[in-house]
Amino acid sequence: MNAREVVLGRVRRALADVPREEDPEREPLERGYLDSHQPADAVGLLAENLADYRALVHRSTPEELPGLVARLLAERGAASVVVPAGLPPEWLAEVPREVRRVPDEAADTARRLDGVDSVVTGCAVAIAETGTVVLDAGPDQGRRRITLVPDHHVCVVVVPDQVVDSVPQGLRRLDPARPLTWISGPSATSDIELDRVEGVHGPRRLDVVLLEE
Amino acid sequence: MSGGTYLGMPAFPRAAEAATRDERLRANLTHATHTIRDKRARAVAELPDWAELRAAGAAIKDRTLRHLDSYLERLEAAVTAAGGQVHWAADAAQANEIVTRLVLQTGEREVVKVKSMATQELGLNAALERAGVRAFETDLAELIVQLGDDLPSHILVPAIHRNRREIRDIFTERMGEWGRPAPEGLTDEPADLAEAARLHLRQKFLDAKVGISGANFMVAETGTMVVVESEGNGRMCLTLPETLISVVGIEKVVPTWRDLEVFLQLLPRSSTAERMNPYTSMWTGTSDGDGPSTFHLVLVDNGRTDTLADEVGRQALRCIRCSACLNVCPVYERAGGHAYGSAYPGPIGAILTPQLRGVDTVLDASLPYASSLCGACYEVCPVAIDIPEVLVRLRERVVEGGEATVRGSRVRIRPARGHAAERAAMRAARWALDHPGALRAGQRVAGRMRRLQPRRLPGPGAAWSRTRDMPPLPPESFRSWWRRTRGESGEAGR
Repeated sequence: MNAREVVLGRVRRALADVPREEDPEREPLERGYLDSHQPADAVGLLAENLADYRALVHRSTPEELPGLVARLLAERGAASVVVPAGLPPEWLAEVPREVRRVPDEAADTARRLDGVDSVVTGCAVAIAETGTVVLDAGPDQGRRRITLVPDHHVCVVVVPDQVVDSVPQGLRRLDPARPLTWISGPSATSDIELDRVEGVHGPRRLDVVLLEE
Repeated sequence: MSGGTYLGMPAFPRAAEAATRDERLRANLTHATHTIRDKRARAVAELPDWAELRAAGAAIKDRTLRHLDSYLERLEAAVTAAGGQVHWAADAAQANEIVTRLVLQTGEREVVKVKSMATQELGLNAALERAGVRAFETDLAELIVQLGDDLPSHILVPAIHRNRREIRDIFTERMGEWGRPAPEGLTDEPADLAEAARLHLRQKFLDAKVGISGANFMVAETGTMVVVESEGNGRMCLTLPETLISVVGIEKVVPTWRDLEVFLQLLPRSSTAERMNPYTSMWTGTSDGDGPSTFHLVLVDNGRTDTLADEVGRQALRCIRCSACLNVCPVYERAGGHAYGSAYPGPIGAILTPQLRGVDTVLDASLPYASSLCGACYEVCPVAIDIPEVLVRLRERVVEGGEATVRGSRVRIRPARGHAAERAAMRAARWALDHPGALRAGQRVAGRMRRLQPRRLPGPGAAWSRTRDMPPLPPESFRSWWRRTRGESGEAGR
C-alpha cells in the first residue's frame, strides 16, 4: 500500500464518528463577522496604517506623479530602476536619463537584480483596515522578484478605485491562480526580544503613492 | 553542526526545574512575553467582531477536520492541475526520505529554508545533513538557533530565550563558519543585528537553486499555498530558487479561498500583534517565468491522524501556530520552551506533542501536567482550542490508560507508572467516603495524633510533598465539630 492510501485510510478510520451522509457543502457555515468595519475614510485609513508600519506615504495627482517619482528615486540616490513592462511610461517621464531603466525580463538573474537600486510598480488592490498593498504580477507590477531584491520599492495605488476596506473585500478582488504578494510596510522582524524592527531582507524603504485620478 | 536534539530529554518537571533557576532565561522570557501580550490585546481590541471571527475560524477548521480525506483529495487535484507535484508521507522518516531524494535529484547540495514548524518536527535538517545536503535557515530567529547549535524554544520566535547581547555574540563568533562573517564591531542594537543577518544571507538567496518551506494554509478549492512572514526571507526562498519543496502537515488545508478572510485576520493579530504581517506570499502550482519552475508539495501525517482519532483531542489540529498561548502562559514564562522537549512548546505543545507522539515516554506522559489549568491559553486562542479540556483528557489517559490510536492502529495504553500511589489513594478515599463509620474513626485517630504529623510524606507520596506544604490536620473534623456544637440533630439555631 502506498503512503497516500495509508494516510487517507488512517484519516477515514479516525473519522468513524462522522456520519457518512454528512455533507459539509450543504451545511451553511456561521460567518457572523463583518464584511467590513466600515471606515469613514478608507483612503485616509490606508495611509494611516501604512505609515504606522513605517511605509512612506505620499498623495499625488496625475500631473504631479512624474515629478514625485523622480524625487523619490533621487532621494534614494537611485542610479538604476526596474521597470515592469506594463508600467505607464509617463510615470517615469521626469526621471533623469542617467538613471538606468532595467526591463523586467525572465532571463534576469537575481544576482543582476541585486545591482539595481529601485523598482516602481502599480498594484492590484490595497486594503485600508490592514494597511496592505497586494501585487498580483500584473503588467504594471512584473514578476515577484523585482519587488523583492532591490532595496527600494515605489508602489503606486490608484485611489479610490484600487482601495477596499477589508481583507474579505480584498480577497474577492484577487485571482488565486496568479502569484500574489501582500505587502504591509517594509520588511521587518520581531525576532529579537519580540520587539519589531524594520529592515531585513525585503526592500527596506517602501514608498506608497496614493494617486488621485 | 546538526544542532541539538529533543531525543531523550528528561520529563518536564526535571527540565523545568533547571530552567526556572536560570535567571537570565527567566528575565529574557518575562521581557519578551510581556511585551507581546499587551500589544496582542490592543490589536485584537481593534476588531469589534473578534469573537465572531474566532468562532468562524474554529468552525472552518472543524469542518475541514471532519472531512479531511475529501479536502486533501481536492487539494491534491488542484495542486496537480496547477503544475505542482504532490507527495504523501505517513511519518517523519518517509517525509525526510522524500525531501532528501527530491533535493538530490536536482544535483544541488545546498538548500535555503523558510522557517517551518513541520520540518522542525520532522528533524529534516539532520536528515539532509546525513545525505550530504546543507540546509541554511533564513528566518532571523532560526538563524540564531542554527548558528548557536541550539534548539528552538518558541513557535514564532525560536530564539526567544536569547537576548540581544547573546545574539550579538553568536553572530560574531559563528557567522564566519557558515558564510559571510558578521561585520566588524557589531553592536547589540536590533537594527544592526538585522542588518548583519541581511548581509550574511544575501549571497545564499541569490545563489539558491532549491528552497524548502512549510505553509500556513493550503486552499483545497484552488490549490493555493499561503506563507505568512515578516522579514522577506520567505519571499526569497519561495520565488528565487528553481525548485521549491513545501513540507506541510495535512491539517493545514482549508476548504475555500474565501476561508482565508478569517485566518488572515486572526493570525497576524494573535501572532505578532500586527494588523497584518509585512509579507504574505500566495502561489498556486507554478507560473511561467515567475518563481520556481518545479513545485513539490509533501503532505505529512506523522501522528496527525492519531490525534484526529480522538474526538476530544482532535481540536488540537485546529492550531494555526500563532503562539499566543505561549505568550500568556505562566508555566511557559517560567519554564521556557526547551523543557517541553519538542518543536511545539507551551500549552499547545503540551496537548499536541503527546498526541502526535503517543504518551509512551516519560517526557510525553509528563507534558499534560505542564499546566496549572488556568485557562489563559484558551481565552487567547484564535481558533478556540479548549486546551485545558484536552489536558485533562490526556491526564486521564496517562493515569487510567485506555484506547488510543498510535501510528494508525488502535492500541490499549497501559496506565503510566508512578501514578499507582495516586490511584491507590483515590481508591482508599472512595472506600472511606462510602463508609461513614470508618471515616469517622479514621478522622478521630488522625486528630489525636496530629502532633506526630510528618512534614514529608513517606514512600511514593514523597514526590507530592517535596514541592508542597502538608496541610495541618485540625484537632477535630468538621463533622464532629458540628455534632458537638449544634447537637446530634444538626438543627441548632432554630
